[in-house]
Amino acid sequence: MIAIGPQIRICHLYPDLMNMYGDRGNVIALRRRAEWHGLDPIVDEVSLDDRPDFLGYDIVFIGGGQDREQRLICLDFQRVKGSALAEAVEDAVALLAICGGYQLLGQYYQTANGEQVPGIGVLDLWTVAGKKRLIGNVIVETDAFGPLTTVVGFENHSGQTYLGQGLKEMGRVVLGYGNNGEDGGEGVVYRNTIGTYLHGSLLPKNPAITDHLLKQGLLRRYGQADLRPLDNSIETRAHEAAIRRARTKAR
Amino acid sequence: MAPSRRIEGPLGPRGLVAVWLAKSIIRLSRVLGLGGSTFPGTVARRLAPGILGALSAGLPKGVILVTGTNGKTTTARMIAGVLRAAGLKVVHNRSGANLITGVTAAFIDATDWRGRLDADIGLVECDEATVPKAVSELPVRILLVTNFFRDQLDRFGELAHTVELVRSGAARLDDGARLLLNADDPLVAGIGRNVDIPAVYYGIDDERQGAPRMVQAREAKHCLECGEPYDYKVYYYAHLGKYRCPRCGRDRPRPDVAATAIELDEVSGSRLTVRTADGPELDLTISLPGLYNAYNALAAATAGLAAGAGPEAIRSGLAEASSSFGRMEPIDVDGRRVLIALVKNPVGFNEVVRTVLGDRGAKRLVIAINDNYADGTDVSWLWDVDFEQLAAAHAEIDFVVTSGIRAEDMAVRLKYAGVETNRISVEEDISAALALALGRVEAGQTLYVLPTYTAMLEVRRVIQRMGYARPFWQA
Repeated sequence: MIAIGPQIRICHLYPDLMNMYGDRGNVIALRRRAEWHGLDPIVDEVSLDDRPDFLGYDIVFIGGGQDREQRLICLDFQRVKGSALAEAVEDAVALLAICGGYQLLGQYYQTANGEQVPGIGVLDLWTVAGKKRLIGNVIVETDAFGPLTTVVGFENHSGQTYLGQGLKEMGRVVLGYGNNGEDGGEGVVYRNTIGTYLHGSLLPKNPAITDHLLKQGLLRRYGQADLRPLDNSIETRAHEAAIRRARTKAR
Repeated sequence: MAPSRRIEGPLGPRGLVAVWLAKSIIRLSRVLGLGGSTFPGTVARRLAPGILGALSAGLPKGVILVTGTNGKTTTARMIAGVLRAAGLKVVHNRSGANLITGVTAAFIDATDWRGRLDADIGLVECDEATVPKAVSELPVRILLVTNFFRDQLDRFGELAHTVELVRSGAARLDDGARLLLNADDPLVAGIGRNVDIPAVYYGIDDERQGAPRMVQAREAKHCLECGEPYDYKVYYYAHLGKYRCPRCGRDRPRPDVAATAIELDEVSGSRLTVRTADGPELDLTISLPGLYNAYNALAAATAGLAAGAGPEAIRSGLAEASSSFGRMEPIDVDGRRVLIALVKNPVGFNEVVRTVLGDRGAKRLVIAINDNYADGTDVSWLWDVDFEQLAAAHAEIDFVVTSGIRAEDMAVRLKYAGVETNRISVEEDISAALALALGRVEAGQTLYVLPTYTAMLEVRRVIQRMGYARPFWQA
């Protein structure tokens, strides 16, 4: 008989529509590390027209999509699940939103011809289509997940995102563009929600964030979170190689 | 129809100097053992920007352009075989350098020192983003589009943008040109509905080859016209299949050239029965494995028919088409069998992994991932490859050496797929990685080497230096 550890319930939102840039790697990382920590991960895929109980999940993930898919999801948020997801954010469910998913948490996305596509508005941020695509390796410094650490990834977006007053960025850009290429901020953190432009996939090379999400999920559900130390040598090597590479290329 | 904006006309003294200079560089780089498949083109175009138009203007049968995400090189090589079997002299960028500079270099390489091109027809494999430029410079009579998958998004932006690039190129074709489109890919077939150029569709009409559910990364789940999810009667692979929109009724065009029966056989070769619109039924045999190569052969047969090749030329040309440069190419290294298979996007990589798993016995692999421009600078697509199916065969995995600029990323991917970490070695340097792997392979055993494009060039250089492979311009 194999002892099964505490359950951790993960909701993968729109896996069929929002999976640019290997976003599914983030869900693979959450599931694997949960297993290695001795937890029992359950992953549900949730798509258009489904009405999930977001409060019953410990971690929710949404990736990026192409313009067309993003519009379908925008409609689905308005008609079906936007307010429930907003409630989950306020209730401190752990949420990771990448790129298009990140933009949709805000007030609106303004397209190149001035049209405003509404988001769910749970976070006071907005995105404006820029003329230039912001593409390349990114290094961010952050203390949002404990002691000061680096986050590495790759960004590829034309939307420029601005945070309202009182919202905290995920970290400071050391290399790359970040939210808008102007103010040096990257991403957002609010309660247990993380929004970011970093893909690559984000979590596998940044195990500190993966473990942070798992910990927040466990804390909210069980009131405690004991994660065992794992051997991160391969991940650390990739993380450090990414920093090295980004710095050499930038020179 | 808009008049042609093509830059044509005599070569002129500048053009002639450009030809000499580029040909000299090509000669020199061969003597030095370098590939040099694009640089001479860059130099020539700098000197004489209209050179490609000038060289190709005199081709009696114009140019066939082949584009799409997967299968370009293999399909173009099959078409070359068919055209030659039909008695035509072909100028072809066969090394796979498919940006405009590479195409220019290939055309210059084929001219004589007086700048004359002794060929009947041009055959150009072309990067999707290069299609508009290629159409504006070359006398394209036939544009063949194979399929659209996610590939190097950092370069093309979103897939929709890639499709639009090809469509806008197609819209600029001259009167009398024809489109050859894969009916089974909604993204490709959609191009035919959005331009005024007549289209010939090809597709598979053997539902035994399909599945009722889609298992791989998906691209075109929703109707291009109205956004409703398509109903698929059958999926052949990824999003290729028989689809129909339940809301607006848009459906797969009926193929003019259809494979009505396919028998896949790795050993004796796959057999296809092909129905043509008004011609005879064709029985084709190809020596390349997998359904994706059946698609390539079907595309090549369609192009052959469009170019006027007869049934016998199509049959014999396809039968002889050998495995393309770097694609599952076996090399004998002191009794050890080294199989090199190019990997460049999730769908192609999945097919390669499936083929590797189809072989019996222990699996020994080198996976070399570079992130140079030609590979795509963003390697996040590795997370869309189903390495979990490789990890599921863990008892058979002897070792995997990850290599290339992104060796570490590949190692992380394998770890998270479930490959045991004590089977994974990381060696960034490709030469050292091959030495390490070959040291662990005995005579009679097989080593699989799966590199991205620029990593493949490196792999071949290393193996060539060891004295085992021919330079690729002779391949």
